[in-house]
Amino acid sequence: MLIVDVLLAGFTLGGMYALIAMGLTLQYGVARIMNLSYGEVLVMSAFGTWFAVTRLDWNPVAVLLASLPLGYLASWLIYRVLMMPLVRRSGAGPALEVDSILATFGLLFLLQGVLLLAFGGNYYSYSYLSQPVDILGSQVAANRLVVLGFAAAIGLGLYLLLTRSRLGTAVRAVAVAPRFAPLVGIDVWRLSAIAFGIGGALVAGGGTLLSMFLPFSATMGVVFAMKALVVVIMGGVGNLLGCLVAGLMLGFAETLVARFVDPGLTLAVNFALFLLVLLLRPAGLFGRVAR
Amino acid sequence: MNALPSPAAAGNPAGAGRLALQALMVAGLALLAALPWLGADDYLIAVGINILQYGVLATAWALFSGPTRYVSLATVAFFGIGAYTAAVVGETLPWPAVLAVALGISVVLALVVGLATLRLSGVHFVIFTFGLAELVHQLVNWYEVNVTRTLGRYLFVDITQVQIYWQLLALLVGVLATGWAIRRSRLGLALQVIGDDEVVARHVGIDTTRAKLLLFAISAGFIGLAGAVMAPRWTYIDPAIAFNPVISFQVLIMALLGGANRLFGPLLGVLPVAILFELLSGSFPNHFMILLGLVFMAIVYFIPNGLFGLLQRRRHRAGKEGSK
Repeated sequence: MLIVDVLLAGFTLGGMYALIAMGLTLQYGVARIMNLSYGEVLVMSAFGTWFAVTRLDWNPVAVLLASLPLGYLASWLIYRVLMMPLVRRSGAGPALEVDSILATFGLLFLLQGVLLLAFGGNYYSYSYLSQPVDILGSQVAANRLVVLGFAAAIGLGLYLLLTRSRLGTAVRAVAVAPRFAPLVGIDVWRLSAIAFGIGGALVAGGGTLLSMFLPFSATMGVVFAMKALVVVIMGGVGNLLGCLVAGLMLGFAETLVARFVDPGLTLAVNFALFLLVLLLRPAGLFGRVAR
Repeated sequence: MNALPSPAAAGNPAGAGRLALQALMVAGLALLAALPWLGADDYLIAVGINILQYGVLATAWALFSGPTRYVSLATVAFFGIGAYTAAVVGETLPWPAVLAVALGISVVLALVVGLATLRLSGVHFVIFTFGLAELVHQLVNWYEVNVTRTLGRYLFVDITQVQIYWQLLALLVGVLATGWAIRRSRLGLALQVIGDDEVVARHVGIDTTRAKLLLFAISAGFIGLAGAVMAPRWTYIDPAIAFNPVISFQVLIMALLGGANRLFGPLLGVLPVAILFELLSGSFPNHFMILLGLVFMAIVYFIPNGLFGLLQRRRHRAGKEGSK
């Protein structure tokens, strides 16, 4: 069934984009750091998973459980060690945006260089649950369904964390009004580090999930970071629902174009969509105009 | 580099200092132009071409991004278009016409893209320009594979290394002269205001979009020309070579290291970085990316205002101590 095919592929791809973009929107919307090395964290997690699965005989789901806290820790450290000096220097003013872009650019090259040195430029993959499952007359690999399920679970978990817990409320307060949050006793820098860390956990989990169903290479982080940025900006910075909608839009647009037009034009479609949204709604689909 | 104000000249009364500076610039330029006759070997010319190429690119980049503070990563989009244009029409048209076509296409693309995107600000613009380079790359790739069915082109034109060197030198003089002229025009003043505060600029009646658009197109034109001039050097061109994103990043690093707000700032950054990369990529080809990243981070953390800002602060401090 063609329709089911497209729906499944679109949801898996779009769900992945949405998940990855949610982490970035936390880092950018709350911690105010435009992290361009984000995609490298994703790819590093994918390679880590590959190593654990093929060399240490771990189950990919076990790796997923390990990669979430590891990603949190690594990103928390990056914020504390590398980003804090910039935050202090700029007083979290407009200079922080450019400074963080440039610093994370450096980090991007550094990490990508290390990955290239360690793994070279080839594509890597491993086989996990690749037997086909029949859904409404459409064949789909079981691993894609597993990935889709975990992506949905992680996304839902994040949503509940942000809306139902004390920590989540504080994080949202920092996102909305960073200057007034201290007035109600919120330690903005501590919360920023935590939000940056949670973003890192999401992207590390995303990398593990990605490695379950797609081949990956050391240089593909940049493309994923760019797509995540496009999703974040399209959805409205700091908005989880926006991430979900924009991520699915992108996933479906890519699936449709790759299926019916030409796989070589997916990036062009992404961009056309991005530009269209920005021209019609400069603050994103769900963003407020004056932020 | 010859154009740098020496400390002695800066200390003099303005008139005499400026005259000495101009004499120094002309002399340095003559020396650079005469280099091929002074027994410079092929290697030296090749290094010179490399430095001049980045000199043109970084200065042209800073022409737009310096005053407006819009960090553009589209450098390689225009550079690649220039190079690709030269590869496509290089053997059928006379060389000046090739350059004119490359210039025209770059400027038109910059105008179209600028109209749509210069309303974006900050991060949006950075991401968009970064994506633009990839987009142009993919589109050219797609067009070559599906329509012309020739991925990769050979370009055989009768242009020597020394001629490339001279063309780049002329281009550098052109960029610097343009930058100098803009700084003294109403447009330059308008851009300074935009860079300081875009809302204020709009309120005092500056047509900010028009000013940004104009400068973006001028900057893109020079970058496209540089691409066309460099094309014969490669002989073989495919989209991956012409649209290599590392070029955008290198240009950004160099301009920031020197200081993007000064006319000669980017040049000051080009020399050390170009020489460093020349040496490093020879001896550590596999570690190039890592080194690029480290240089990038070192600049952001330790030299945020660029070398020019560093020099100026030092001179400022020295001046204060002298007056005590």
